[in-house]
Amino acid sequence: MNLHEYQAKRLFAEHGVPIPDGKVASSPAEARQIARELGGRVVVKSQVHVGGRGKAGGIGLANTPDEAEAQAARILGMDIKGYKVRRVLVDQQAPGIKQEIYLAVLIDRAARRPMIMASAAGGMDIEEVAATTPEKILTVHIEPALGVRGYQATYLASAMDLPRELWRDFHKIVASLYACFQANDASLTEINPLVITGEGKLLALDGKMSIDDNALSRQTRLAEMRDTDEEPPAEREARLSGINFIQLEGNIGCMVNGAGLAMTTMDVIKLFGGDPANFLDIGGGAKAEQVTTALRLILSDPNVKAVLINIFGGITRGDEVARGIIEALAQIDTAVPLIVRLAGTNAKEGMEILAEAKMETAVTLSDAAQKAVAAAKRGAS
Amino acid sequence: MSILVDKNTRLLVQGITGREGTFHTNQMIAYGTNVVGGVTPSKGGQWFEGDDKRVPIFDTVKSAVEATGANASIIFVPARFAVDAIYEAADAGVDLIVCLTEHIPVLDMIAARAYLETRRITLVGPNCPGLLTPGQAKVGIIPGNIAMPGNVGVVSKSGTLTYEVVDALTRRGIGQTTCVGIGGDPISGVSFIDVLQLFEDDPETEQIIMIGEIGGNAEEQAAAYIARNMTKRVTSFIAGRTAPPGRRMGHAGAIVEGGSGTADGKIVALRQAGVTVADHPDQIVDLIG
Ligand SMILES: Nc1ncnc2c1ncn2[C@@H]1O[C@H](COP(=O)(O)OP(=O)(O)OP(=O)(O)O)[C@@H](O)[C@H]1O
Ligand SMILES: [Mg+2]
Repeated sequence: MNLHEYQAKRLFAEHGVPIPDGKVASSPAEARQIARELGGRVVVKSQVHVGGRGKAGGIGLANTPDEAEAQAARILGMDIKGYKVRRVLVDQQAPGIKQEIYLAVLIDRAARRPMIMASAAGGMDIEEVAATTPEKILTVHIEPALGVRGYQATYLASAMDLPRELWRDFHKIVASLYACFQANDASLTEINPLVITGEGKLLALDGKMSIDDNALSRQTRLAEMRDTDEEPPAEREARLSGINFIQLEGNIGCMVNGAGLAMTTMDVIKLFGGDPANFLDIGGGAKAEQVTTALRLILSDPNVKAVLINIFGGITRGDEVARGIIEALAQIDTAVPLIVRLAGTNAKEGMEILAEAKMETAVTLSDAAQKAVAAAKRGAS
Repeated sequence: MSILVDKNTRLLVQGITGREGTFHTNQMIAYGTNVVGGVTPSKGGQWFEGDDKRVPIFDTVKSAVEATGANASIIFVPARFAVDAIYEAADAGVDLIVCLTEHIPVLDMIAARAYLETRRITLVGPNCPGLLTPGQAKVGIIPGNIAMPGNVGVVSKSGTLTYEVVDALTRRGIGQTTCVGIGGDPISGVSFIDVLQLFEDDPETEQIIMIGEIGGNAEEQAAAYIARNMTKRVTSFIAGRTAPPGRRMGHAGAIVEGGSGTADGKIVALRQAGVTVADHPDQIVDLIG
C-alpha cells in the first residue's frame, strides 16, 4: 500500500527526521489560508500515488498567499499519469537549497536484507544519475538483528563528501529513516530530496513510503491511512474480497487462480491474437462466494466480449469453482460466453458439474485461449 | 533418485487440524507420503483420523520429532503464526521445512531467513505449493495425479503455473524427478540457483525446466549461474510478457532494477546463458522432447 507524501513525512518526523512545516488543503482558499499561516513563501504539492510529480507540473512555488491560491487552483483537479489531484500539501519553502541528496531504505531481495541507498546527486533526475553514473549511488546492507551501525552512516556521509559538521545530523536521519521503515513494516521509505538548506541544515523536502500489504493486519493505524480515492472502485471491491484484480483495455475477461498462471493466461491470449480485459487472481482456496464476486467484477466491464476461466486446482478445488460459477450465473444475467478450463484437484467433479450446466469447456490452456479469442471475435462483430 | 523429498521423508504437518491442513494431509497420505505426525498446539494426544491413516497429534514440533523421528515438516498455519512455526520447526531439528502459508510480512521473513542461515536447514517457500517427487512423496499441494516419475527436474516460482507445465509433461509421457515450487515472495527459502544446483548433482535428473515470472532478478541471477556451472540442459518459461508495467511511486525500484525485472530482460539473459525459452507453457514439451 502506498502512502501520500504528507503521510510519509509525518511518519518520518515521528521518528526524528526534520521536515518543513506544512498542511494539506483540498481547496485553493484553504491553500491560501495555510500559506498565510506559514508566512507566505510556500510550495504547493499535488498528493497522488505516483512519482515524477514535479516534472509533470504538479509542484508549484509560491511567494505569497495569493500565489499559493493560484497554484492550488492550477494543481487541484490536474491529471497526473492517470491520477486526479484531490489534495495538495502546502509546505514552507526551504530557506535556499545548496544540495539535493537522495536517501532511501528498501529491501534488497537478492541479499535478503534491508538496504540503505544514498547519493549526493539527489533530486528529480536521480534515475538518470543511476543509469549514467552508477558509482554515484551508494548502498549499505543492514543486518536485521544489528540495525544501522554508526560506521555505516559515516561511510555514506564521507563517500558522499557531506560537510563534516552535518555528519551527526545525517547519522540521526539515517537511523530515523530506518527506524521508521522497521516500525511501520515499510517496503520503502525514501527521501528525495534531502536538502542542505541555505542555512546549512538538513531537511527532508519529499517523502515516499510503501507499506507491506501483508503487514497491514498488524499496522492498523496505517491501514486506516489508505486513500481509497486512489483506487478504482472495482479494484477496491476486489481487494476487500481477497481478489487481486487489475483493469486493462482488452475484451477478454480472465479469471485465474495464482498470479503466475494469471499472467500466463494473459500472455497466451495475446499470443493467439486476443486482448485481455483484466488481470484477476482469485487466490488460493477460493470459495464459491469469491468466484461470484470475481465474475461480477469481470462482467461489470462493458468491453468484455468473452470470459476465460482458467483454474488449476491445488488448494483451490475444481468442484468449488464450478459451483461458484453456476451460483454466479444464477445471479448475473449475461449473454457473454464463458469458456471454462478446470484441472488438478477435484477437476473431474468440477467438469461434471459444468457439463451438466452445458458450459463450454477446454482441456488445455492453448485450447481455452483459442476458444476465448474466437468467442470474443464473434461477440465483437 | 530425486531431490529434497523421497520415500525416506518422514513428514510432520504443522496445522494438521485446520481446514487446508486436513484436506491436504489426506491427499499427501493417499499419494503415499509417509506422514508420521501432526502438530496443533493444545490438541496433543489426540489423533488425526485420516481417510487412509490415523496420525498422532502433538502440541509441539519438538515432542513430535522425538516421538516420530520426523525429518521434514510442512506448514499449513495461518500467516499470523506461520513464522513462529518456521522457527519452531528449525529449533526442533528437522532437515527440511516447507511453508505453504501466504501473506507473511517481508520483515518477518528477512529475520527468519537470517536465523536459518545459522543452521543447516532447507526452507522451501513460503507462499509456495511445495514439492512432489512422483511415485515417492508429495510434500505440499501439487496434485499428485498430474505427475509421473521420470528424468526432468522442474523448478518454479509460481504455484498453479507449475501444475500447468507438469501436467503437459505427463500428458506427453515425460516424467519428472522432482517438482519444486519455490514461491514468489520477495524473501524466501531455496532459490532457483539452490534448486538448479541440486538437480545438477542429482544423477537421475537429465534436464531441467525452470519457470520464472516478472519482478526481482532471480531469473537473471539463475541465468548467470547456468552459464557458469550447469552441464544439464535447461528450458524455461517466463510469465508476464504482456503484464502492464506497474506504476512507480519512489525512485528506488528504477535505480535498483534498471532494465532488469521485465520478462524480456529475463528472457534475453536466459537465452544468452544457452537456455531455450518457450513462448507458452504448452510449448515446453515440444522444446524438450
Ligand atoms: N519545501 C520546498 N522548498 C523548496 N523547494 C522544494 C520544496 N519541496 C520541493 N521542492 C523542490 O521541488 C522539487 C520536486 O519536489 P519533490 O521531490 O517533492 O517532487 P517530486 O516530483 O515528487 O519528485 P519525485 O521525482 O521524487 O517524484 C525538489 O527536488 C525541490 O527542488
Ligand atoms: Mg521527489
